[in-house]
Amino acid sequence: MQFDSWQAFVAMGGHGLYVWLAYGVAVLSLVAGAMVQIRRRKSVLRNIRQHYNNESEV
Amino acid sequence: MWAWFHKLGSPRWFYRISDLCLPWLTVAGLLFLVVGVVWGLLFAPPDYKQGNSFRIFYLHVPTAVIALVGYYVMAIAGAVSLIWKMKLADIVMKEAAVIGALLTFLALFTGAVWGKPTWGTWWVWDARVTSMLILLFLYIGVIALNNAFTHPEQSGKACAVLSLVGTVNIPIIYKSVDWWYSLHQPATIKFTERSTIHPDMFWPFVVITVGFYVLYAVALMFNTQTAILEREYRTQWVRDKVQQ
Repeated sequence: MQFDSWQAFVAMGGHGLYVWLAYGVAVLSLVAGAMVQIRRRKSVLRNIRQHYNNESEV
Repeated sequence: MWAWFHKLGSPRWFYRISDLCLPWLTVAGLLFLVVGVVWGLLFAPPDYKQGNSFRIFYLHVPTAVIALVGYYVMAIAGAVSLIWKMKLADIVMKEAAVIGALLTFLALFTGAVWGKPTWGTWWVWDARVTSMLILLFLYIGVIALNNAFTHPEQSGKACAVLSLVGTVNIPIIYKSVDWWYSLHQPATIKFTERSTIHPDMFWPFVVITVGFYVLYAVALMFNTQTAILEREYRTQWVRDKVQQ
């Protein structure tokens, strides 16, 4: 362990802003990307099911 | 060999195989990433010159490396779709563009945030940074070109040609820190000689990079599956799959 306290970990020796900005944006954009793709999958499945249902009604 | 090639080109076969791998790969990739990040943030020693800002390295280098490797994935898939008119390769090329653009953005962003405390500036128009920005525009170009056509089948050729032309940029990015004077430090991880990085700093990097590679594969497989469903919904196997 390189840090003595929680405060020291957050401060990152004065570079806290940069380290946490980089890690924060990386985590946010990766999670957002995953969520967009999961929603895309759901909407594709929904559209296909709807298409099949319409077909069977005709 | 050719039977294998044909199988690999079959969207149905790809869908089944990736369904089998995806749960395992997702868990493994996340595990590697979390272990590597905790290790890199808490246990790796600070850099003697850069202090703790060097911890951005653990995001910056893996995202940049996979952004470059991902470009080859896209370009090779583009070449395969041009030569053999393989539908699966066309899909992989377009999905690789989306993931590659996100990784390139992250490499540039983490680079800017690392540059501020280290170089005193967020941005420089030097060879490495500028050629990385061109990489981002190439990825976005492929995405935009694909969206410019109404049917995905029509945009394949144009996207593949753009991907292939853009490959000239990759060796330029890779070699830019050696060829031109730059603020960007030269590579510390080397394939042909000893790396100039301490092992205590190196191992978390290896673990995170493996995690990023695995999750890259997961994302590419998952998104390709979605695109297969979108394009193949008229086939019987998709019908069975969706309605089961």
